[in-house]
Amino acid sequence: MSQPAVQMSVPPPSHAEVSSPWSDAWRGFRRNRLAMIGLGIIVFFILIAACAPWLAPFDYKEQDLMDRLKAPNGEHWFGTDDLGRDIFSRIVYGTRISLWVGFSSVLGSIAVGTLLGIVAGYYGKWVDTIISRLFDILLAFPGVLLAIAIVAALGPSLQNALIAIAIVNVPVFGRLVRAKVLSLREEEYITAARSLGMKNSRILLHHILPNCLGPIIVQGTLGIATAIIEAAALGFLGLGALPPEPEWGKMLSDSRQFIQKAPWTVLFPGLSIMLTVLGFNLMGDGLRDVLDPRMKS
Amino acid sequence: MSASILQDKQETLLEVEELCTYFPIRSGVMQRESGQVKAVDGVSFQVRRGESFGIVGESGCGKSTTGRSLLRLIEPTAGKVRFDGKDITGMESGSLRTLRRDMQMIFQDPFASLNPRHRISKILEEPLIVHGIGKAAQRRERVAKVLETVGLSAWQLERYPHQFSGGQRQRIAIARALMLEPKLIVADEPVSALDVSIQSQILNLMQDLREQMGLTYVFIAHDLSVVKHFCERVAVMYLGRIVELGDKRSLYGQPKHPYTQALLSSVPSPNPGAVSERIILQGEVPSPANAPAGCVFHTRCPQAMDICRQERPVLKSVSQGHQTACHLYS
Repeated sequence: MSQPAVQMSVPPPSHAEVSSPWSDAWRGFRRNRLAMIGLGIIVFFILIAACAPWLAPFDYKEQDLMDRLKAPNGEHWFGTDDLGRDIFSRIVYGTRISLWVGFSSVLGSIAVGTLLGIVAGYYGKWVDTIISRLFDILLAFPGVLLAIAIVAALGPSLQNALIAIAIVNVPVFGRLVRAKVLSLREEEYITAARSLGMKNSRILLHHILPNCLGPIIVQGTLGIATAIIEAAALGFLGLGALPPEPEWGKMLSDSRQFIQKAPWTVLFPGLSIMLTVLGFNLMGDGLRDVLDPRMKS
Repeated sequence: MSASILQDKQETLLEVEELCTYFPIRSGVMQRESGQVKAVDGVSFQVRRGESFGIVGESGCGKSTTGRSLLRLIEPTAGKVRFDGKDITGMESGSLRTLRRDMQMIFQDPFASLNPRHRISKILEEPLIVHGIGKAAQRRERVAKVLETVGLSAWQLERYPHQFSGGQRQRIAIARALMLEPKLIVADEPVSALDVSIQSQILNLMQDLREQMGLTYVFIAHDLSVVKHFCERVAVMYLGRIVELGDKRSLYGQPKHPYTQALLSSVPSPNPGAVSERIILQGEVPSPANAPAGCVFHTRCPQAMDICRQERPVLKSVSQGHQTACHLYS
C-alpha cells in the first residue's frame, strides 16, 4: 500500500465536541468577569425598558405642582423634578429612549457603513477613492458638531437626532470594514473561492462578510455607548427628544439650574447615562478580547 | 499499458505561449506608474494530458505567479493560455467561471486556504453548489465519498479547519479541488508547509489520485528532490523566465543551463562519500523590477560571454525533449 492507512485510529467521538469559532468566543467571554458585569448591566437596563409600564409607579408626564423638587422619599424613590414629575418613572421610561437610540442608530451606521466599506475594500480603485474621501470628510468634523448641524438642518426631534447620530458614525464602521476587507481579500481562501468559480456576490456574502462580523460586533457594542452619550448631548442642547419625552440628556439640561437646591434631579439621569455607557463599554472590551484576532496571542 | 493511454499521453491539455505578467510599480502622490515588476516574462510550455509538469526555481522567480496566471487568478499582461483547446486568456468572466470546474488549484499553506468560519462539510459542498451540481442528498454523498478518497472520515465533516493538523488540512484542500472532478490541478508548493514525514503521505496521495482520476498536474515547488520524485517533465525558472525545460531524466542527468547546474549542485546528497562539486553563484538575484538586459542570468553566470549581455536567448532544443535558453548551446 503506497498510502499509509491514514491516522484514523481515533474513534468517532460520541459526544460531538464541535467547537465553532462562535462557541469558542462565548467560552472565552464567559471567563471575563468585567465583560460579564457589562453584559449584566445591559440585560438589567433592557429588562427595565421592557417592563417600564409595570415598574414605573407614576406616569412620566404626570405633573404635580404641589410636589415640586421633592427629595427622594418613600413615594418618589428618586424625588421629583421642577414640575413635580416622578424622576424614577421618567428614568424608567427614559431607558427605552436611550436604548432605542443606541441600538437603532448603530444598526443604521452598521448597515450603511458595512455596505460602503465592503464595496470600497473589495472593488478598490476609484470606487475606494470616492468612498474613502467621503469618510475622511465626515470624520474631519467633530462628531457632536456634525450631529448638531444635521439636526439643525432636519429639525429637532428624537428621530432626527437618531438619524444624525447614525450618519456621524457611518465612517467609523465603514473604515473598519474596509480595512478588514482589504486584508481578507488577500487571504488564500478568497483566492481559493475564486478559483472554484464563485461569483463576487457569493464571495462577499459567504466568505468576506462573516469574517468581518467580529470587529463589527465589537465596534457596534462600543458604538452604542457613544451613541447614547451623543443622544444625551443632543437632548441636553435641546436638539433631541422634545418635551415631555423623558430623555436622560434632556432631563439633565432641564434640571441643571436646580443642581444646588435639588441635586437628585441631575444625579439620577447622570448615573443612568454613566451606568449604561459603562455596561456597553465593558462588554465591548470583553468582546474585543475574544473576537478581535489582533488581540489574540 | 495500452496504446490508447500512450496516445492520450501525447495529447496537449495546456498550452502556454509567451505568458507575461507584469505588476505596475506606483509611486508619488499621484500614484503614477513608474515602472514594472516583470514577475513572469515570456513563459511558454505545454502540458500533456495525464502528466505531472514541474516548475522549479528559487523564491521570487515567478513560479507561483505563473501558476496563478494560468488560471487567471492573476490577470496576465500578455500571452496566451489554451486549456483543452480553449483560449482562456480572452475569455469573459462568465464562461471562465464555468471552465473553472475543469481546472483547480491546491495552495501552499493549508492554514490559509480554508475559510476558518466554515465547517468541512460546507467547504467541500460549496463548489458543487456554486456550479449547480446535484441535489442536496447527492451532494452530501459525493462529499463523503471524496473525503474518504483523501483518507479522512465522514464523522469529521462537522468540524472546523482549526481542529485539524496541517497534513489533514491539506487533504481537505485536495478534496475540495477534487469535488468538481477537474482535468487539471495547479499545485502551488502543496507540501512545503508540511513536515517532511507528512510530505510523502500527501505526495503519494496526489500520485494515487492522478492514476485513479486521470489528473494532470502543474506542480510548483522549490524543492528539487520533491519535483524529481513527482514529475515527468520539469521547467526551471529564473527571474520570470524559463531557462531550461526537459524530461526529468535528462534534465537532472545532464543539466545544460549553468543556472540549472548550480541549482542541482546545491542539493545535498544522501551519500556522505559522494564527491560533489558545489557550484556557488556570486552575487544576488537581480530585482525583477530592473532585470538585466540580454540573458537575465549573465550577471551571475560563471560562463557569461559578450553576447549574453546583449541578446536574450530563446529556448532551443539540445536533445530529444530537452530545451534550454542559453547562448552556450546555440
